[in-house]
Amino acid sequence: MNGNSAIGEAAIRAGCQCYFGYPITPQNELTEYMATHLSRRKGCSFIQAESEIAAINMVYGASLAGSRAMTSSSSPGISLKQEGISYLAACELPAVIINMSRGGPGLGSISASQSDYFQATRGGGHGDYRTIVLAPSSGQELADLTHRAFDLADKYLVPVIVLGDAMLGQMMEPIEFKHEAPDELPVRSNALRGAKGRPSRIIKTFTSKPAELEEINWSLFRRYQLIKKEETAYEAFMVEDARLVVVAFGIAARIAKGAIKNARSNGLRVGMLRPITLWPFPSQKLKDLSKKTKDFLVFEMNMGQMIEDVQLALEGKGAVYFYGRPGGVIPTPTEVSRVISRHYYQKGLKSAK
Amino acid sequence: MLIKTVFAGFGGQGVLSMGLNLAQAAMLEGKNVTYLPSYGAEVRGGTANCTVAVSDEEIASPVASSPDFIVAMNQPSLVRFQNQIQSGGVLFINSSLIEAEIPRGDIEIVRVPANSIAEELGSPKSANMVMLGAFTKKSNLVSVSSVIEELKSTLKKKQKLIAINQKALMIGYDLV
Repeated sequence: MNGNSAIGEAAIRAGCQCYFGYPITPQNELTEYMATHLSRRKGCSFIQAESEIAAINMVYGASLAGSRAMTSSSSPGISLKQEGISYLAACELPAVIINMSRGGPGLGSISASQSDYFQATRGGGHGDYRTIVLAPSSGQELADLTHRAFDLADKYLVPVIVLGDAMLGQMMEPIEFKHEAPDELPVRSNALRGAKGRPSRIIKTFTSKPAELEEINWSLFRRYQLIKKEETAYEAFMVEDARLVVVAFGIAARIAKGAIKNARSNGLRVGMLRPITLWPFPSQKLKDLSKKTKDFLVFEMNMGQMIEDVQLALEGKGAVYFYGRPGGVIPTPTEVSRVISRHYYQKGLKSAK
Repeated sequence: MLIKTVFAGFGGQGVLSMGLNLAQAAMLEGKNVTYLPSYGAEVRGGTANCTVAVSDEEIASPVASSPDFIVAMNQPSLVRFQNQIQSGGVLFINSSLIEAEIPRGDIEIVRVPANSIAEELGSPKSANMVMLGAFTKKSNLVSVSSVIEELKSTLKKKQKLIAINQKALMIGYDLV
C-alpha cells in the first residue's frame, strides 16, 4: 500500500469522521482514498473543497461540532491553511493536518523535501501557539502516527501536524493496521451540537480584553508544557558507544540509518537520534547524549532548519556539523556514509579514547 | 542481502505493474520490500519507471543509484539506465524494441523478445508478463508461484486475464 493511502486507512480506523481536502501533488492518493472509503462510511463526510483555505475552515467547523476531522495537503497548500490552524489553536480544537511536503520555496518541486520544518514547528500562523508535530519515517509509521495524531489532538485539544514527504507518500511498503475503526466515539463536552435544554456555549477567538486573552495564553502555555513533559518521542539507534551521533528525522533518518550501518561495518562508532516528535523536540535526550558524545552531525533534506533545535538543546556542549540536500534531491545512503566518515576521521574520532 | 531493481519503459507498457507484481510477491514471501514509482508529469507514451528493493533486513533507502538488475522495455530506458547498473549486475532487454549494442562488458545481458512473443500469443499487452517471467527465473528474487499467486489476487475473478497473463509469464520463465 502506498503511504498516502495508508494515512487514509489509518485515519478511518482512528475514527476520522470528516475529511476535507483540495488536490495537490504529491498527496492526491490520500484525497482519492478518502473519497472512495470515508464517504461510504455511515455518518462520515468527505468533501473536496474549493480551496485549501476552505478545507481547513471546514475542519474548523467539523471540530467545533465535535467530530474527528482531518485535512491534508503539501507544502504550498499548507501555507494557505495557516490562518485556520491558528484559529483552531485559539479555540482549543483538535484537528489533524497532514503535510506530505515537497520542495520549496514557492511552488517548488513535487519531489520529497524537508523544507517545511520551520513552518511546522514554529507555528506557521500568527499568535502564541504550538502544534504537536509528528515525523514518520516509514509507511508503517505513517499509519501508526496518523492514529496517534487523532488521539493526541483529542487528549490535549490542539491541532496536530503529521509532517511526511513526497517519497513517503508515493512509496509502497507492507503495512499492518493495528486497530479496527470504532463503531462510536464519545462526544467532546464542548461540542456545539445544538443548545436544546441547556444554555448556549460560545467558542470564539476574539476578546477585546487583553487580560482575558492573557489568561487564555497562559492556559495554552501550561498545556504546551504538559505536552513537552508527556509526549516527547524519539528513536535512539546505536548511541550507547557512539563517538558521532547523527540527528535526522523522517525519510532522511531512514537514509541515515543505512549509512550508519555502512559506517558500523567499517568499524566507525556512529549512532543516530531520530526525533519522532519535532515539537516537542527531544532536547533533554540530546543533552543527555552530550555527556558521552561530543560530536553531532545533523542531516536534513533542506539547508539546515532542525539544526537550530539541536544547537539550542546542546547548549554549546557538543560540536554540531551539518549536511543537507535541498530542493527535492534524494541523497543516497552511500553519500551520507561518505559524509559520516569524513567528519569521523577529520575530528580524529577513530583514534580517540 | 539487499537487491534493487529498476523497471523502465514507455508509459502503458505495464512497467509499473511489473514492479508492483514483484514487490507484492516478495511481500507474500515475508521479505522486506519497498516500491517507488517515478513521479513526475508522466503521460501515456512518455517514460515510466519504478524501483523495487527486496531485502532480508530493514531497507534504508528505496532509491537505487546503482541497481543490481535493470529491466529496459524500450530504447530510451536503455540509454538512461545502462550506465547505472552495478558491475556484475544483470540487464534485461526487450529485444523486440531494442536493437542497440551494449558497450559494457562487466554486466550480464538477457535478451527477451517480449513483444514478439506476446503478439504470437495473441495478447500484445502481455509483453510485460513475458519479461517478468524471464526476470523471475534469472533474478531468483522470488519464486514463480508467488508471482502467480500475486497475479491472481490482483486480477481477482477475471479468469480469462489470469490465464493469458500466467501463460505469458511461464513462456518468459521457460525462456532463460
